[in-house]
Amino acid sequence: MAADAIVIGAGIVGAACADELARCGLKVLIVEAGEIGGGATAAGMGHIVVMDDSEAEFALTHYSARLWEELADELPSGAEYTAAGTLWVAADDEEMAEVRRKHSFYAQRGVRTEILDAQDLEQAEPNLRKGLAGALFVPADAIVYPPRVAAFLVECACRNGARLERGRRIHNMAELANATALIVNATGASAPALSPGLDIQPRKGHLLITDRYPGFVRHQLVELGYLKSAHSIDEDSVAFNVQPRQTGQVLIGSSRQYGSSDPAIEHRMMKRMLERAALYMPSIGRLSAIRGWTGFRASTPGKLPYIGRSPRQPNVWIASGHEGLGITTSLATAKLLADQILNRQPAIPLEPYAPNG
Amino acid sequence: MPQTADVRINGKEFTVAEGTSVAAAVLNAGYSMRTSIHGEPRAALCGMGICYECRVTIDGCQHRKSCQVLCATGMEIETT
Repeated sequence: MAADAIVIGAGIVGAACADELARCGLKVLIVEAGEIGGGATAAGMGHIVVMDDSEAEFALTHYSARLWEELADELPSGAEYTAAGTLWVAADDEEMAEVRRKHSFYAQRGVRTEILDAQDLEQAEPNLRKGLAGALFVPADAIVYPPRVAAFLVECACRNGARLERGRRIHNMAELANATALIVNATGASAPALSPGLDIQPRKGHLLITDRYPGFVRHQLVELGYLKSAHSIDEDSVAFNVQPRQTGQVLIGSSRQYGSSDPAIEHRMMKRMLERAALYMPSIGRLSAIRGWTGFRASTPGKLPYIGRSPRQPNVWIASGHEGLGITTSLATAKLLADQILNRQPAIPLEPYAPNG
Repeated sequence: MPQTADVRINGKEFTVAEGTSVAAAVLNAGYSMRTSIHGEPRAALCGMGICYECRVTIDGCQHRKSCQVLCATGMEIETT
């Protein structure tokens, strides 16, 4: 079978692209060097979150979050889809002002959110420390187990005629000597190796998961200070970001580092991350951790993923650079990529995601 | 130095010799330690802190490895 499209990388983005293209009738070949969803997809938290850092980021995450809601009923139970909602936690009055700003931003764009005061927050999350100012509750945000979703999307693609070639690593696009097939580079932080010039940097993160403590945390909790720390480009940073898993486990994040390509756990970062978590949830220190790990986000200078035709490589399309939002934005990425390949009208403007370099 | 420790296991009082591990106290009292996620009773297997099968709640703190904790007077131990 000669493929119409070759998708390199079966992380959640590649899997979603393969599913969408196969659904549209293209003959798809998926090439994955390791495990399906075994890279950043497995390392991340699986938080489906609508973001508001920029209009383009909002448009992409909001579009994608609605696609997740549509997909939710079809997902296998192992995908652990849970509409837990996000609580953006405000520590002080300054951050409460940010809560109100976010509330009106979302309200103007049709996203329902609620402002929680200190007392509401205490009731919603009794293990948070007392004295926090409040929070913004985004009820439609959700949680999934991303590797299972990636596998599900690959299964869907294969039901529509896609073929999976696992264990094959492409080192150079020239290895895919198929003059007619289009190629989708969905290799995340590795994308520049196959598409030289693409501006993507790995941004290392640490996570830790605990034993089962059902009810200890009820929503995805993210400190609003996250907005400050996640955007500082030069310094290593940590933020309070914890998530309840369906198993009752608590997933604890997060950290961000540039300039490290070593996947080893750095105890200095893990310590900072856990100290930050304990600052918001003092009793978190009494939980037993069972595993810690690291992963590499694929970050771009513009904080937006690349979704579109490569400016340098004919027949190559880029779907990489999703940083910490790849789970959220995977489904919309697949739609927007297929829209361009098939000349369909996209649901949102494409320009902000044009590949750079 | 006291020669014994008085603990409560699932609400009942037990007196054990000083130096008794919580695992030994729980087993002597006739309880298993925890219930697996599939509903099976579990108890200490390795006895040296590796297998995690002996986890109990001690003084409100869940998932303590009972083979690695010595009984102390006043301790509240709960199995599941």
